[in-house]
Amino acid sequence: MSIESLKCKECGATYGLDAHYACENCFGPLEVAYDHSSLKADEAKRRIQAGSQGIWRYADFLPFVGRPGDPLEPGLTPLLRADRLAERLGLGAEIWIKNDAANPTHSFKDRVVAVAVAKAQELGFKTVACASTGNLANAVAAHAAAAGLESYVFVPANLEEQKLLATGVYGTNLVGVHGSYDDVNRLCTQLAETRPWAFVNVNLRPYYAEGSKTLAFETVEQLGWELPDRVVCPIASGSLFTKLGRGFQEWLDLGLVEGEQPVFNGAQAQGCSPVATAFAEGWEVCKPQKPETIAKSLAIGDPADGPYALEQARRTGGTVDAVNDREIRDGIRLLAETTGIFTETAGGVTVAALSKLAERGEIESKERVVVYITGEGLKTLDATRDSFQMHEIDPDLESFEAKFRQEVAV
Amino acid sequence: MAVTVKIPTQLRAATGGEAELEVAGGTVGEVLDAVFEAHGDLRERITQDGDLRRFVNVYVSGEDIRFQDGLQTQIDDGAEVTILPAVAGG
Repeated sequence: MSIESLKCKECGATYGLDAHYACENCFGPLEVAYDHSSLKADEAKRRIQAGSQGIWRYADFLPFVGRPGDPLEPGLTPLLRADRLAERLGLGAEIWIKNDAANPTHSFKDRVVAVAVAKAQELGFKTVACASTGNLANAVAAHAAAAGLESYVFVPANLEEQKLLATGVYGTNLVGVHGSYDDVNRLCTQLAETRPWAFVNVNLRPYYAEGSKTLAFETVEQLGWELPDRVVCPIASGSLFTKLGRGFQEWLDLGLVEGEQPVFNGAQAQGCSPVATAFAEGWEVCKPQKPETIAKSLAIGDPADGPYALEQARRTGGTVDAVNDREIRDGIRLLAETTGIFTETAGGVTVAALSKLAERGEIESKERVVVYITGEGLKTLDATRDSFQMHEIDPDLESFEAKFRQEVAV
Repeated sequence: MAVTVKIPTQLRAATGGEAELEVAGGTVGEVLDAVFEAHGDLRERITQDGDLRRFVNVYVSGEDIRFQDGLQTQIDDGAEVTILPAVAGG
């Protein structure tokens, strides 16, 4: 497979393979276009299976000629059957958890950043940068460090402390902006015009977004070259959500997998739900919101891929749900208690949306459902504070027995 | 009222390379009309059927006009209007 051009998703205008992201005719987003014609399914499969133990095994489907060197390769994260979670939700369906916290910086953002940093190096950039709600900040700082590039990371100054600490440690230039993520994003869009930097999610966004397809590829491969019937996935900008669909579609088109696109169920926090609101109202575009939610990694009030996420949910017969902060905390607990996986607030949103689908009876017993857990619980510890009690005792048997007498009685 | 309009790189081919335009207008709509008067090619690139295209963001002094009164948003003398692609981020 070969990478051809950047192509506008709106009007189809094509551009060279440089650091462009918006169409000059209509401002539509640019996407990488490939020529799939020379790749046969059998050969593609063989090349994947002979590849590395990470995302670069899918290099034929990523925007490079050949396979870039990568000192911090993400991917091939566990896909785990979650029968106890299904049972708690009263579901007869197969529920699978794709635990993408198991990446180098503990979120799915390692996938997109690995692709963007490799492209930045190919294009000759010396500095990488990003606008981030936290996870991307961790990933950009780490991958820049691994590649020996300078980095600038822009985040809302009120981010969770864990995410700030897990960014600064890599020696990046960490910039806390007094404002929302959308303010940070606007600032970075302006900076991308004046600084000779690779902003992974601004001027390199067409390449960056391609990294999310690897989550679709891994899902298919780990399910034994089959598609799930349904996916449940968080929505912030809508990029992951739409690229999962594109990943499945590329493999369907090539004949690497048979069947049809899964039902796409999106998950947002009520305190920042521009896509869920537009879905419920029947709008084709999202009305921006001022975020107010504990799910800060999803707190994008003006989602760039909102219209495409809406279209994908509707086309596949899916939904976009919004859940409140209490449901997010409950979702984190439910996943932890039934699978041993501790996720951050975004994962709480996703599990809470799964619970809503189960309550509404939308998931049938013969279905195979994949739930995307995109980040690590240790990054948003406040969300679990006060959700349980520690039993404090003195270091002697009496003290223990006094506390736990009831449990050991009989 | 004199207003500075910041033009993103993607649109500068249509402004002869100008990154900033000085125009007059009391609302965002009037300001954009004045911009289109000077550089006719921009109208079709930024608007469709009289409204902003869906991937165009306009800010008045840093605040998205969709949080204000859209194209009717009032503009103070000396304010800055910024046009940016909406397809970044996330």
